[in-house]
Amino acid sequence: MTVGAPETTDLIQLLTPEGELVERPDYPLDLSGAEIRSLYRDLVITRRFDLEAVALTRQGELGLWPSLLGQEAAQVGSARALNATDMVFPTYREHGVAWCRGLDPLHLLGMFRGVANAGWDPAAHNFHLYTIVIGSQTLHATGYAMGIQRDGVLGTPSAAAAVAYFGDGATSQGDVNEAFVWASVFNAPVVFFCQNNQWAISEPLEKQSRIPLYRRAQGFGFPGLRVDGNDVFACLAVTRKAMEAARTGQGPTLVEAYTYRMGAHTTTDDPTRYRLAAELESWKLKDPIERVKAYLVKSEQADAAFFEEVDAEAKQYAADLRRRCLALPDPQPLDIFQNVYAEPHPLLAEEQQQFAAYLASFEDAS
Amino acid sequence: MTALTLGRALNAGLRQAMENDPKVLIMGEDVGKLGGVFRVTDGLQKDFGEERVIDTPLAESGIVGTAIGLALRGYRPVCEIQFDGFVFPAVDQIITQLAKMRLRSLGALQLPVVIRIPCGGGIGAVEHHSESPEAYFTHTAGLRVVSCSNPVDAFTMIQQSVASPDPVIFFEPKRRYWDKADVETDSTDWTPLHRAKVVRPGDDVTLLAYGPMVKTCLEAAVADEDHSIEVIDLRSLNPLDIETVTESVQRTGRCVVAHEAPVFSGYGAELAARITERCFYHLSAPVLRVGGFSTPYPPSRIEEHYLPDLDRILDAVDRVFGW
Repeated sequence: MTVGAPETTDLIQLLTPEGELVERPDYPLDLSGAEIRSLYRDLVITRRFDLEAVALTRQGELGLWPSLLGQEAAQVGSARALNATDMVFPTYREHGVAWCRGLDPLHLLGMFRGVANAGWDPAAHNFHLYTIVIGSQTLHATGYAMGIQRDGVLGTPSAAAAVAYFGDGATSQGDVNEAFVWASVFNAPVVFFCQNNQWAISEPLEKQSRIPLYRRAQGFGFPGLRVDGNDVFACLAVTRKAMEAARTGQGPTLVEAYTYRMGAHTTTDDPTRYRLAAELESWKLKDPIERVKAYLVKSEQADAAFFEEVDAEAKQYAADLRRRCLALPDPQPLDIFQNVYAEPHPLLAEEQQQFAAYLASFEDAS
Repeated sequence: MTALTLGRALNAGLRQAMENDPKVLIMGEDVGKLGGVFRVTDGLQKDFGEERVIDTPLAESGIVGTAIGLALRGYRPVCEIQFDGFVFPAVDQIITQLAKMRLRSLGALQLPVVIRIPCGGGIGAVEHHSESPEAYFTHTAGLRVVSCSNPVDAFTMIQQSVASPDPVIFFEPKRRYWDKADVETDSTDWTPLHRAKVVRPGDDVTLLAYGPMVKTCLEAAVADEDHSIEVIDLRSLNPLDIETVTESVQRTGRCVVAHEAPVFSGYGAELAARITERCFYHLSAPVLRVGGFSTPYPPSRIEEHYLPDLDRILDAVDRVFGW
């Protein structure tokens, strides 16, 4: 085994980069043409609005943006496997998951524009707040799953499960390893969806692990799988199976989606300092969107008009998102004091009153 | 004499420390080929090798915990925590282990570990990238806590911290990384690490600051045409150079403390209490504090209202005169 190299024999793939279907009876996926076209649409729109956010950052309208370029299939495939009642615990790059859950991407742009520290209601779409400190949310997902378990709904029609998203770098964090222990010991209905995009800022995977990440699960006592993270069909099928196992009381699964961060870590990063252009070129050949397009064309389930229509819709959506982003109102200075506590807090009230008077003194002076 | 930014001055200081002592190591996330997200360790791995400049797995508790082990084996690790808000997973290792091991060994053990933390706001960042956690550490016995404010101090203080036999928490004001000054890299005539500096003499009021707020206080002192403001850069928070502070406040009779961290239970509370004890009969007004509010650090579009600026400092200065 070469450290860090993909073990293709273990890789679950249903659609090759060339757009050919792969027979995997253990991961049956019977998608209609309409469903595949819908997946394609999600992939294209996600990539397009992500690109728009990068452009907005370059123009100074966002402080920063962590692009998901290259990870669309891992996110759309896994998110489309979820039920509305399942709960998602994302890191900070899950724009495609957010999109599939129905969260308005404007919230994501708002966070990176600096109008809120997240700023959406997680219950509205069962999509928890973005978590920036690496790996913390895996424990939250596990605890939430223990709650589902205690509700006594597993195996019933109202069963649900939790899914924690995180990256290859996060697997080194204590919190993530503790989440694995908890989930295993309590047989919690949680799926750990690790997008191994090969790079934790400048550090390649071999700085985090000497074995393939999915094999870590075995040591903790639950199944681990590696899926082609650039294959939206495989990500959908594998996540569906893992979520269903969790919902029926069979406990956690670690899914390692083997993918690639085609862009920089964030817009402030410069990957040319630490990785070779050839690596990116080789991953471009495994593009997550192109293979779906190739399959749709070959199987005659979509024509040129469909692709043009999706492109136009994505372009229109991005333009609209840009317009809405620029129209986002800035928070007001006194908003600093809102929502810190549920009940009144005398010190905070005093500080707010003093600051309001201070601000008013400038108005009086002018 | 070389013109260096604060970031480059730290880089030069670290390079000097590594050349002087082969036991000095650098460890952290992205400190190697990338040179750290702020490029403070730029080029060090290339020149000193991967054995001495270590890109660690992504785990802050692991960084500090293994640094302790390396120190026990005779090394002098300099850990980089990527951002202030990421230090908390390492706090157990810092407070429970690093700070207490010397005492528990009855002085047999030395833990010469430096933990560098870029701190403070004002760079338009997302949450957890703009915090000022110094009070958690100054409250912990066994740690030395310092904060540089300019390139000259950055160059010397990082080397003094590496040479310290005790653990040092080293705060770097991230919005001042790009500030430039002439640095005398060959001189050895250094201010002792734990000595405060009067950076602008004055007669009417003493302004106390450290790290990123020193520059803001100097600007406030220049802007105030009505009062002669003395500005002290504390540089070291623990131990505190109370003598320099006392001498100044007894002379001016008034004092304002400024820091970015929340005022409540912040470092300024310690200063105010200690100054009151030492200068009670010299004071014409209570020591006033200017700082962050008792809230989490706000989103960046309104951070300018949270961070003490020139106006808020001068407002406090006016209030100590109107008392």
